[in-house]
Amino acid sequence: MAPLLEVEGLVKSFGPVDVLHGVDLSLAAGEVLALVGDNGAGKSTLIKHVAGVYRPDAGEIRLEGQPVRVETPGQARALGIETVYQDLALADELSVGANIFLGREPVKHLFGFLPIIDNRRIRMETDALLARIESKIPPRARSVSRLSGGQRQAVSIARALYWRAKVVIMDEPTAALAVMEREHVIGLARRLASEGVGVIYIGHNLIEILEVADRVSVMYRGRIVHMTKAEETNQQELIKYMTGFTGK
Amino acid sequence: MGEGTLSKAQEPGVRVSMFEGLRHRLPLETYVLALTVLVWILLAVFSKYFWTTGNITDILRQVSIDAILAFGSLFPIVLAGIDLSVGSVAGLAGVIFSMLIADAGQGILVALVVTVVVGLIIGMVNGWASERLGIPPFIVTLAGLQGYRGLALLLSGGLTIAGMPPGLQKFALSSVLHVPSLFLLMLAFGLAAHFLLAYTRTGRYMYAIGSNIESARRVGIRVTLVVIISYALASLYATISGLLLVARLSMGAPTAATGSELAAIAAAVVGGASLFGGRGTILGCFIGALLFTTIGNGANLLGVNSFWQMVIEGLLIAFVVYFDNLQKRRQAGLG
Repeated sequence: MAPLLEVEGLVKSFGPVDVLHGVDLSLAAGEVLALVGDNGAGKSTLIKHVAGVYRPDAGEIRLEGQPVRVETPGQARALGIETVYQDLALADELSVGANIFLGREPVKHLFGFLPIIDNRRIRMETDALLARIESKIPPRARSVSRLSGGQRQAVSIARALYWRAKVVIMDEPTAALAVMEREHVIGLARRLASEGVGVIYIGHNLIEILEVADRVSVMYRGRIVHMTKAEETNQQELIKYMTGFTGK
Repeated sequence: MGEGTLSKAQEPGVRVSMFEGLRHRLPLETYVLALTVLVWILLAVFSKYFWTTGNITDILRQVSIDAILAFGSLFPIVLAGIDLSVGSVAGLAGVIFSMLIADAGQGILVALVVTVVVGLIIGMVNGWASERLGIPPFIVTLAGLQGYRGLALLLSGGLTIAGMPPGLQKFALSSVLHVPSLFLLMLAFGLAAHFLLAYTRTGRYMYAIGSNIESARRVGIRVTLVVIISYALASLYATISGLLLVARLSMGAPTAATGSELAAIAAAVVGGASLFGGRGTILGCFIGALLFTTIGNGANLLGVNSFWQMVIEGLLIAFVVYFDNLQKRRQAGLG
């Protein structure tokens, strides 16, 4: 069986600066693949290709064995690739339910012809979804601006879960969170994987990475320099690869 | 996110939902409505003429035209944009409409259709320029504020245009079951706008864009289209209020509705709309417009110097926005 997501020979430069030098990556369904590396190693650039933010200069992206073009965030979403962004991409003034369904609201017809948003269904589905991820988010919160950072991450993750994403990219999801919330988000990442989602997890905190990931890829200067199972490595080894001090 | 918000997230249930409840019961509009009622009571006490059928009907007619302009202004405000050109568009629409009737000998229907089309095109250009060309809407519509007023003065030669069919004013001054027709018309336009904002995808996307334009883009919302629709609606509502002004006065005046864009924006803001986008309701706009109309009416009845009236309105805007911020900050501290 083909892996869920494959990236092959991805090359990208911004003007004279080469950022990615032929990156290969593969992700299986139901696994959390961590991507680590120093600032500027190319992690964000790499995942932005998968998320449809950047277009590669060369290389191929395959989903379930089929080559795909991911040229806009909308296309990525249609293919089942969701991103939980570091900067918490929620519409602050909208409710939890409105955010989860944003852009894909269920519609019913008033008097048989006037299309209106089915708010009742959004509320019911949101309640069920929040119960499913065992979230403590008040489901009736009128705007997500009043939620904490972890709760907002949970809304993004719930959104991915609801829309049956195949691949979820989590870009430093715990960067701004307190310890307790961090645990909750890590739990949610594992939860996604246990439901068969392939998760790409970008992070800086190696303790956290070793806790959440099945496999770890280390990037250094635009290349993947090391790929290992999480249980077969440790912080010292990862740091060695991240900083380029591999003795070679 | 500060430290304070993080620590309480471990047990978020109780306090957040308590405050949610309070916020539910008392949005800003409630206070502004209470203030409006208070002003009505005071005016009823201090002026014998205030609480008469004639005066109340006058207020209802006056608020109708102002409120329609405010409804239109709300769409761009919800987007975190602004339309400063609505007053000038209203003036230009009145001139085009009355010249088509008086000078070109067209019927009301033809004049109406042509004027509405012109209004829609102006709005679409405003939306397109601010979204696609990346010019801030404040600048785009500031240009419109000057340009369209200039055009109205040029077309009319700076003169008022008389010769409207008498039926027009008759309609503007008519009532259905003692309720002015203008007021009923305002209700219809208000309901339509409320319906769009509260119940349709397009309306929800306006709030989403005003809250976080990047997240709106990321979920695949067609931002440019929604922005163009918003500004087109602002212009459409401005056009309609311009036409109603012509009907009410039975003439087209190139200077009609001068400065009314600021009154419309003030009504929206006093009614709870945020100039930072994502918040605002049609009901709030109506309450805001009603408060300003009442103050204007009361000042006339009590013989208050109209310069004082401007000062009072200015203080009111400052107070309401301060009060709203205060409430929000208190909320941020608690919830």
